[in-house]
Amino acid sequence: MSHFWSVYITVLTLGNIFACYWLIRWTSKPRPNESKQGEITGHVWDDDLSELNNPLPRWWLWMFYLTIIFGLIYLVIYPGLGKYANTKGWTQAQQYQQEMEQAEASYGKIFKAFAAQDLKQLSKDPKALESGQRLFMTYCSQCHGSDAKGSRGFPNLTDNDWLYGGDPETIKTSILQGRNGMMPAHEAMLPNNGIEKVAEYVLSLSGRSGLDQTLVDEGKPLFMMCAGCHGMDGKGNPIIGAPNLTDDIWLYGKSRSIIQTSIRHGRQGKMPAHQKRLGNDKAHVLAAYIYSLSNK
Amino acid sequence: MSSAVTYNDKVVRQFAIMTVVWGIVGMAVGVLIAAQLVWPALNFDLPWLTYSRLRPLHTNAVIFAFGGCALFATSYYVVQRTCQVRLALDHLASFTFWGWQLVIVSAAITLPLGITTSKEYAELEWPIDILITLVWVSYALVFFTTIIKRKTPHIYVANWFYGAFILTVAVLHLVNSAAIPISLTKSYSVYPGAIDAMVQWWYGHNAVGFFLTAGFLGMMYYFIPKQAGRPVYSYRLSVVHFWALISTYMWAGPHHLHYTALPDWTQTLGMVFSLILLAPSWGGMINGIMTLSGAWHKLRDDPILRFLIVSLSFYGMSTFEGPMMSIKTVNSLSHYTDWTIGHVHSGALGWVALVSIGAIYVLIPKLFNKTSMYSIKLINTHFWVSTIGIILYITSMWVAGIMQGLMWRAVNDDGTLTYSFVEALERMYPYYTVRFLGGLLFLSGMFIMAYNVWKTVSSSEQTQATNTDVTVKASERSES
Repeated sequence: MSHFWSVYITVLTLGNIFACYWLIRWTSKPRPNESKQGEITGHVWDDDLSELNNPLPRWWLWMFYLTIIFGLIYLVIYPGLGKYANTKGWTQAQQYQQEMEQAEASYGKIFKAFAAQDLKQLSKDPKALESGQRLFMTYCSQCHGSDAKGSRGFPNLTDNDWLYGGDPETIKTSILQGRNGMMPAHEAMLPNNGIEKVAEYVLSLSGRSGLDQTLVDEGKPLFMMCAGCHGMDGKGNPIIGAPNLTDDIWLYGKSRSIIQTSIRHGRQGKMPAHQKRLGNDKAHVLAAYIYSLSNK
Repeated sequence: MSSAVTYNDKVVRQFAIMTVVWGIVGMAVGVLIAAQLVWPALNFDLPWLTYSRLRPLHTNAVIFAFGGCALFATSYYVVQRTCQVRLALDHLASFTFWGWQLVIVSAAITLPLGITTSKEYAELEWPIDILITLVWVSYALVFFTTIIKRKTPHIYVANWFYGAFILTVAVLHLVNSAAIPISLTKSYSVYPGAIDAMVQWWYGHNAVGFFLTAGFLGMMYYFIPKQAGRPVYSYRLSVVHFWALISTYMWAGPHHLHYTALPDWTQTLGMVFSLILLAPSWGGMINGIMTLSGAWHKLRDDPILRFLIVSLSFYGMSTFEGPMMSIKTVNSLSHYTDWTIGHVHSGALGWVALVSIGAIYVLIPKLFNKTSMYSIKLINTHFWVSTIGIILYITSMWVAGIMQGLMWRAVNDDGTLTYSFVEALERMYPYYTVRFLGGLLFLSGMFIMAYNVWKTVSSSEQTQATNTDVTVKASERSES
């Protein structure tokens, strides 16, 4: 904050507070030629509206003074008058920092002890799972659901079907670093009814009944375009998170039109990175919990 | 000097009737969304019935349609009586009525369609904002020209408050709604990031301070002494609390942004001025309630006066609660919880709605040349139904809010949160149900009022005055 703005804020703030004080003092004083206290001031409006010249209630005045005094003291101790005063040196960023450090001091060791254990072993530890479940409710349930069964666009974490691989270390990596799923749009690459054809072929991979066989046959050569990521057999590629198309598990829904939409417009999946928010130790416990959901 | 003045009561009548109509509409939407929080299926999977689109419709309808019409009606009525002149600029006054109704109807169409700036209490898109500006400038012209033409030597205290409300709302609206349009239905705020948030809450809190407080204090300063037949308690108190109120309110906005990206110094100023605001706010309450001293017995027989006085009690309660909630440590518990919703409604239902209802009950017979409302008994019923409704509403929200705050910060032995968000939400069922019932009671009261107003207006009984404009004599003593 520049010197000018600092002065500007200070002057306005103190000016307004002292103006209130002056206003009270000035109004409390008796005026020459005014009517006696408790009597009508002499002005009348609309036939019968008038005002009494009563003094300011004493208890009310004291309340007013007290709030002013409190305000001034507070402004000396805490940041308020531009860059002046603030004898305590308090900032909210610092308060946050301190509270986080305190929390780390109290709870950090619990998670450190868990983090020293092997993930598979930890996934059988009821204490760790309890903590893991609570972390899940705070950090994961908004997208993956309280029961971890996911919803459209958010993977089910209990079915042992994994986009990026289901061994516990990979799960931990997904939590810490996040994942960016990226299915490109194919609208331009599949003219005529190419989208319908490919979609029909994709449906056939998981043994769907009631398909249009001509479309399936015509779609098969076009699937070459998909094989780069999903593989020739359509079984996906966990290294880049390309889903298995043969297991009848669908992230965005199983209907024909939804699958066509996925091919036409593509999909953007985003699992945010939690390294900064959770740190290694908590992510470790969380990974053990999530692993346990599919590996009882 | 004695002269006959013909007041312009047509525009007052129009606004008074629409106050009741929009009150019912706005509160009905409120009850619907309260019900949606208990039974989410009530949005019927229709986008325009979702909570997110109806909530701004509710707030805009009750604040600007119901509250706005009440302010227009009473300010036009009061400024004529206390200045002893006819309202200036008849055509412009008429434009403010039709223009304001058009704003309201546009809001009722665009908000459910999802057309919004997403700034709270300023959701309307830029073409409607321009119309609001035109109506508001006309309002200011009509009001202040009337004040200038007044035949009384002094400006009555109610008009100070109405005047401050009109001027400030114009400034707030212009600054906060500054935006760059990219199409007829979409614009972007000219302010970036944290500055936008600060401008928004400078506007947002002063909408409370000037629209919902100063304006209605103006109403209070006319209708309470009038109905009680007693002088205003203290002229000095009105001077102090007026100037202190309007100067300190301006600073209070940042308390909506405690513990956010807003700089520390701004948050501190918001809190300090919110605390200093307590005494000026209570000044208005004391002045109104003490006006009744020597006439307390009137509360027993006159349910209209009860509406007016109880509204001040709720005003006093909310303006104590507000400064308390602005203290950072309290705010860290109350912020983002339903406590805030309870606080807002103790002000909105308890203060704004009750004082408006009281004022409209005074106005309706006068405007339609009747000796009194059709049924005083029904006014009494309305009073109790709405009071019980408010109490159910705010107590359930206190419990819900404090419970949410405590549940959100509860931690286990390992430092993890004891409750997930959904678990805290699940516990809200009973409180959301009670809140819905409270709102439903308050809405029922509005239907009782509408019936009573309808019977009064349509009755064949007439007082001796002419059937359109009331002619009164400017009394000589008001000139002294």
